[in-house]
Amino acid sequence: MYELPNLVPALPEILLAVAALGLLMVGVFRKKDATGFVGGLAVAALVVAGIVEVNLARVPVVTTLGGMFVLDGFAVFVKALVLLAAVLTAIMSLSWLRQEKLGQFEFPVLLIFATLGMMMMVSANDLMALYLGLELQSLSLYVLAAYHRDNLRSTEAGLKYFMLGALASGLLLFGASFIYGFTGATGFDAIAKALGDGASVPVGVTVGIVFLLAGLAFKISAVPFHMWTPDVYEGAPTPVTALFAVGPKIAALALLIRVMVGPFGHLVEQWHQVVVALSLASMVLGAFAAIHQTNIKRLMAYSSIGHVGYALIGVAVGNAAGVRGVLVYLAIYLFMNIGTFTVILSMRQRGRMVEQIEDLAGLSKSNPLMALALAIFMFSMAGIPPLAGFFGKLYVFIAAIQAHMYTLAVLGVLTSVVGAYYYLRIVKVMYFDEPADSFDRPIGRSMTFILTGTSLVILLFFLFPEMLLTGAETAAASLFHG
Amino acid sequence: MMQIGLGHYLTVGAILFTLGVFGIFLNRKNVITILMSVELMLLAVNMNMVAFSTHLHDLAGQVFALFILTVAAAEAAIGLAIVVVFFRNRGSIEVEDINQMKG
Repeated sequence: MYELPNLVPALPEILLAVAALGLLMVGVFRKKDATGFVGGLAVAALVVAGIVEVNLARVPVVTTLGGMFVLDGFAVFVKALVLLAAVLTAIMSLSWLRQEKLGQFEFPVLLIFATLGMMMMVSANDLMALYLGLELQSLSLYVLAAYHRDNLRSTEAGLKYFMLGALASGLLLFGASFIYGFTGATGFDAIAKALGDGASVPVGVTVGIVFLLAGLAFKISAVPFHMWTPDVYEGAPTPVTALFAVGPKIAALALLIRVMVGPFGHLVEQWHQVVVALSLASMVLGAFAAIHQTNIKRLMAYSSIGHVGYALIGVAVGNAAGVRGVLVYLAIYLFMNIGTFTVILSMRQRGRMVEQIEDLAGLSKSNPLMALALAIFMFSMAGIPPLAGFFGKLYVFIAAIQAHMYTLAVLGVLTSVVGAYYYLRIVKVMYFDEPADSFDRPIGRSMTFILTGTSLVILLFFLFPEMLLTGAETAAASLFHG
Repeated sequence: MMQIGLGHYLTVGAILFTLGVFGIFLNRKNVITILMSVELMLLAVNMNMVAFSTHLHDLAGQVFALFILTVAAAEAAIGLAIVVVFFRNRGSIEVEDINQMKG
């Protein structure tokens, strides 16, 4: 007698998959333009999935679907972040689609599929599940990057993302094949069992880990696997860039943490140096390469490379405190980035998008509230207390110092000083430069709502940090349950 | 007589994989070549998977290989579609013409 596996832990994923397939049908069978309708339903589906996910938080660690799928506090925390990012970018992209007259209902459907892929990645407990989730996410994102198909830059961004993403998948798979071959298993639990306490590690496994790390480093755009990031961020449509900057990064970093501290938790010496090198290189390049940028989306690309470097400090530490630091960092990073991209999306002059930093000149006079919000985000990204970005950095640095990794912490502080230069330059352009053309107003109700919400979270985080801190703490603890 | 064992398959797999990686980086001509190189990499991985699977008498590797084949087909379809939309805008798919953004 065949027994149905326990599907409850995967309920949000199943819901999203069904919703995406259903919405495709709705879009095809509706006579008139279905973008708004499908988009609204997509947002609703993502919100419902988020509510279901949060309500699953009470269950202890469960694996299901033949051990391929795991649900623990860590997965719930990260998935909640991913779903929040997806909902906010979906709302942003709907108003953008309307303004640019790119009404095609496939956009929200692809967004759901990408989110589904990210959630599968976060819950993967097997190399196969890891690969399939990663590819579902990547394939949807390749299409989204090239979504503005009459635009040369957008299609070029899609092409570049596709080529380097495919290369990354190849590297990751090559590593996976070696790990499978030398441990004889694809499941994370079985791999951990085969490796034992890490006393004698076959060379093949070490090779496999390095390839796997390289593939994942591509996906989180850590230096030296970052070359695609600036071009793709610049060329892709702005709401898609907003998604790139948060969703896939959070999911891929979570996947990296799960793989490294899960099956390879006892092999810290094998991968520790690699992660430290990625982290240092990302922090330094993110700080220095951004200085000369004139395009704000490109600047955000280098800024995100730098942020990945800081988050990787927590991964390199490799204990519960480090993972907690990463989770806090990612949550705060999500709000800062979504807020900043809301402002970038509102940079329109006479119905056209502009994305140069000089275009922000005099924003403090033409739209003081928007200038204030962007200033808050920039100060927060630079890590100036008491804004939230400071606390994000603080917790990863504390974790690094407790683990006696002083080089990482000191270099982290130094590079954030360099980084502060280009964040503050934006504030200077807004407040002290001669006003240029002002932006189109109003920016729309949903955009104002997101902008107000995110800037309030960043501004007032220091008053009630316990919620996020305890949430991240339990999530990190569930990963190290023993 | 020489017995063909796991090591031989892995060597061929590694050679094919390296050819694929070099095909992506050293190729200065056509984007289609890059798509072919990507396929070559994935097939090299498949060969590894199946070789390991037979060696270990474990089916998981072959299941994995089937998944990789399926995803590779989807990946090729999406890649070609993106190449087509790029060609419509640019009128060329030479690698050196993918140069709108730099820096």
